[in-house]
Amino acid sequence: MNDPIKLTIDGVEVEAQPGQTIIEAAGVSGIYIPRLCHYQGLKPHGSCRLCTVTVNGKPMASCTQPAGPGMIVETHTPHLQEFRRQILEMLLVEGNHFCMFCEKSGLCELQAQAYRHGITAPRYPYLFPQRSVDASHPDIWIDHNRCILCARCVRASRDLDGKNVFQFVGRGRHKQVAVNARARLADTTVNLTDRAIGICPVGALLKKRVGYQIPIGQRSYDHQSIGAEIEKSPCSASKK
Amino acid sequence: MAKPRVATTSLAGCFGCHMSILDIDDRILKLVELVDFDKSPIDDFKTFTGRCAVGLIEGGCCNEENVHVLQDFRQHCDILISLGDCATMGGIPALRNTIPLRECLEEAYLHGPSVYNPSGRIPNDPEIPLLLNKVYPCHEVVKIDYHLPGCPPSADTIWETLVALLSDKPVQLPYELIKYD
Amino acid sequence: MTYLINGQIESICVEYQRDRHRLLDIIRSVQQKFGYISDEAIDEIARCCSIPRVEVDSTISFYGYLSKQPRGRITIRLCNDIIDRLQGMERVAAAFREVLGIDFGRTTADGNFSLEYAPCIGMCDQGPAALVNDVVVTKLTGDGAREMIRDLREHMDPHRLVRTLGDGNNAHELISAMVNNNIRQRGEVIFSEFHPGEALRKALSMSPVEVIKEIKTSRLRGRGGAGFPTGMKWEFTRGAAGPNKYVICNADEGEPGTFKDRVLLTECPEMVFEGMAIAGYAIGAEQGIVYLRGEYAYLNNYLEQVLQKLRKQGMLGARFCSTKHCFNFDIRIQMGAGAYICGEETALISSCEGLRGDPKNRPPFPAQKGYLENPTCVNNVETLCCVVRILEKGAAWFSQLGTTDSPGTKLLSISGDCRRPGVYELPFGVKLSEVLKLAGADNAAAVQVGGASGQMVGSADFHKPISYEGLATGGSIMVFGPHRNVLEIAHYFLEFFIDESCGYCTPCRVGNTLLLERLEQIIEGRGEPADLDYLQQLGQSIKALSRCGLGQTSPNPVLSTLKNFKPVYEQLVKVNPQGFRSSFDINRALEEASRITERRSVIYE
Repeated sequence: MNDPIKLTIDGVEVEAQPGQTIIEAAGVSGIYIPRLCHYQGLKPHGSCRLCTVTVNGKPMASCTQPAGPGMIVETHTPHLQEFRRQILEMLLVEGNHFCMFCEKSGLCELQAQAYRHGITAPRYPYLFPQRSVDASHPDIWIDHNRCILCARCVRASRDLDGKNVFQFVGRGRHKQVAVNARARLADTTVNLTDRAIGICPVGALLKKRVGYQIPIGQRSYDHQSIGAEIEKSPCSASKK
Repeated sequence: MAKPRVATTSLAGCFGCHMSILDIDDRILKLVELVDFDKSPIDDFKTFTGRCAVGLIEGGCCNEENVHVLQDFRQHCDILISLGDCATMGGIPALRNTIPLRECLEEAYLHGPSVYNPSGRIPNDPEIPLLLNKVYPCHEVVKIDYHLPGCPPSADTIWETLVALLSDKPVQLPYELIKYD
Repeated sequence: MTYLINGQIESICVEYQRDRHRLLDIIRSVQQKFGYISDEAIDEIARCCSIPRVEVDSTISFYGYLSKQPRGRITIRLCNDIIDRLQGMERVAAAFREVLGIDFGRTTADGNFSLEYAPCIGMCDQGPAALVNDVVVTKLTGDGAREMIRDLREHMDPHRLVRTLGDGNNAHELISAMVNNNIRQRGEVIFSEFHPGEALRKALSMSPVEVIKEIKTSRLRGRGGAGFPTGMKWEFTRGAAGPNKYVICNADEGEPGTFKDRVLLTECPEMVFEGMAIAGYAIGAEQGIVYLRGEYAYLNNYLEQVLQKLRKQGMLGARFCSTKHCFNFDIRIQMGAGAYICGEETALISSCEGLRGDPKNRPPFPAQKGYLENPTCVNNVETLCCVVRILEKGAAWFSQLGTTDSPGTKLLSISGDCRRPGVYELPFGVKLSEVLKLAGADNAAAVQVGGASGQMVGSADFHKPISYEGLATGGSIMVFGPHRNVLEIAHYFLEFFIDESCGYCTPCRVGNTLLLERLEQIIEGRGEPADLDYLQQLGQSIKALSRCGLGQTSPNPVLSTLKNFKPVYEQLVKVNPQGFRSSFDINRALEEASRITERRSVIYE
């Protein structure tokens, strides 16, 4: 019953454990599939679509698709890379991302993915939406301008912190993260030590008074592309 | 053979990107061997003297004059490069894009905490270019051939790009030269 | 005061066993009672159901018909569907604005009226139409709208607006609607003579596996549009592990231009419920849910009465036995609250669970883990009717109708520029041209087949058959004459998808907004030839990358008009030889500054 599943990822036959998703199985084999909403230890969300791969030619989100026997998975075809650039460019124009003064710059996963994909400017027009900032809490603030609706904070607060501080409200263009209070983050039970606080891939949910601490040149993605840690350390045992 | 000509300008920018051009240090001597500067704050040419191979645009378009200059650049340059975050996405000036124009002006000239304006009027001289409804990235106004993001783009980024373009090679910037801050 | 309100909210919650999965019903009841859901009410609901308040907020904010702001005692929701627009909706809208003195999205100062737009309310064959609270008013005119407000101001009772009752059961005292069925063509499957109970008795004389086999033999495919083989769906659900299984009838008929399920629910709810019972027997479910779109709330009382009648007859709610087998089955109605996405089966399940109507990730599929994680089979209203007839008359009879890949008949909802709009039951394989002839659409230049998510086809495709393998449709056929602008129609559909997207995944949430932006530029004559490739590429990416059926079909209005009406686009775009972006309009960009400074541009004048 627990026999490993054999599938082919980018021409290499790999083994996956039952229940493992494609993104996990690929990671074990040293293949990094770009992702934003996916976060190890959180329930897969499948919203950013950056991790889309083709399974037997059909596009699927690899973070929610379990590995299946005999699957032929392609993760980095020119077509898929183009899809990923399009998604990243959509996210870049959807919010108000001012990297030049953002505390998260250099550590931001959206920015890092854009670097990894060689994006110099999005092809789409900037939407410049009107969004708000909630700085009511003494230690934590939310800048909705930068939110990419990945639900990491929603999931982490619910599943790791057992708190439900965050949840989405509205739909479509009006969808946004709300807090479990009538209006302000300060009125929730959120705490600086919550897992939900450090988990934001962008600069939407931040701790106060700790910005810009790492000098430019020493930040996570200044020299090394996001995903390099997975690409560098393939678990060769699972490769054939 | 005449050297290719390069023009530069700063629209709604802070001249930081031009500082970054100067940051190529001694390579500027090589650059001067490679090209002649045309319209540019570097040589203080106010108008184009002829056709240019490359135009470097710092800053986005916040007013009608910016648009006019940018269109002038498009008409005179074979290759147009958006230099820096303001040119590529509007940058700091574009922070006003989520606020109605009238509110911006009132905050700047009437209600802002540091405003001293006994006349109580918003400056309105025919000499002052009209503001656009929002700050536009350059590629939303004219066709832009290359984008060099960064605040500012590093001197190496600028150098590598110019050298590649002037020697008819493809512009292929390594990972470390594409940055948004 | 607060404690009185809280007491009432608590008793509503108690009525639903304080069950968070009935949150949508609780919220609907609270809104019914107080007109809106206040912050205090949200706190109280959260307390009574022991859930975070933000969960309540999350659900409320998802649905178009739920409001956190006080609304008028009477809410008028004017249908702004494309067909209603063509039928003169704008004149009606102007009349409402004028007599009420408010714009859409507003409430009158006296708190009596709120004015809103609603996407397709399923009355395209009798538009312009509106919902006045739950009451449907059809065939509105400007004068009619003025008269309506005059009357309402007198009695404040929307029900008294219904002066002439519609045909068939619309005249039933529990419906009392001015709605007409407009059944124009009765076919062999749905609208032929029906003997209630016979199919279920026959099913019970067979084993569940035999019933599934019969449906598989009939090759019946889902009538909602996707066309998944029904028998296979049942087999998967039957085979899935789980003690409680569910049958859900998808009566969230939201696809613009579709209204045949409304007619089925009005005229043959017994058939629909019997189909659900058969499905329940086949898959091993004892519980069924009808997900009824909020727009059809006017049918609710009647449907409840029919359910009650069937319970009395012993067909529902108790052990029902044939000579061979016994089983229990009962049905509850889940009211929706204005969200097109809830027609998507996993979103519909989320909604039944009292959540936001977000589609779920697949796998697991509903057949494995659906409603409350139980194996669930979701079938369209019309599919369930077909099931009844197949059991009654046999799979062989059914499968010889229609085509090999699309057996049976199809109910078509036809509207737009035609003389005989209404519901037509026609065998699959019928050519679109024949359909147009029947409907009196002599002048059709473009036909939207399959609703907003379908295809816009031109006369070159009119010879094609209506079928899953040909022109596929869940029932919607919208006809447009030569004087209509196909790009404006595509624009409308795109706006519709943007409004109705749940916003979960990036390509649908952002991509469609970008698609609309570029389409608008083209329509305004500011497009460039390269923009056509831009639309094509962006549209294809949204299709390939989106998470659910809404996103995967949302670019179709653009992609199908690009394919079938390319010259219309090409006439509008032009190259800008100077290398300027045609999309940038300096005059428009300077308008505001000119207004503020009271001077004009010296450069661009």
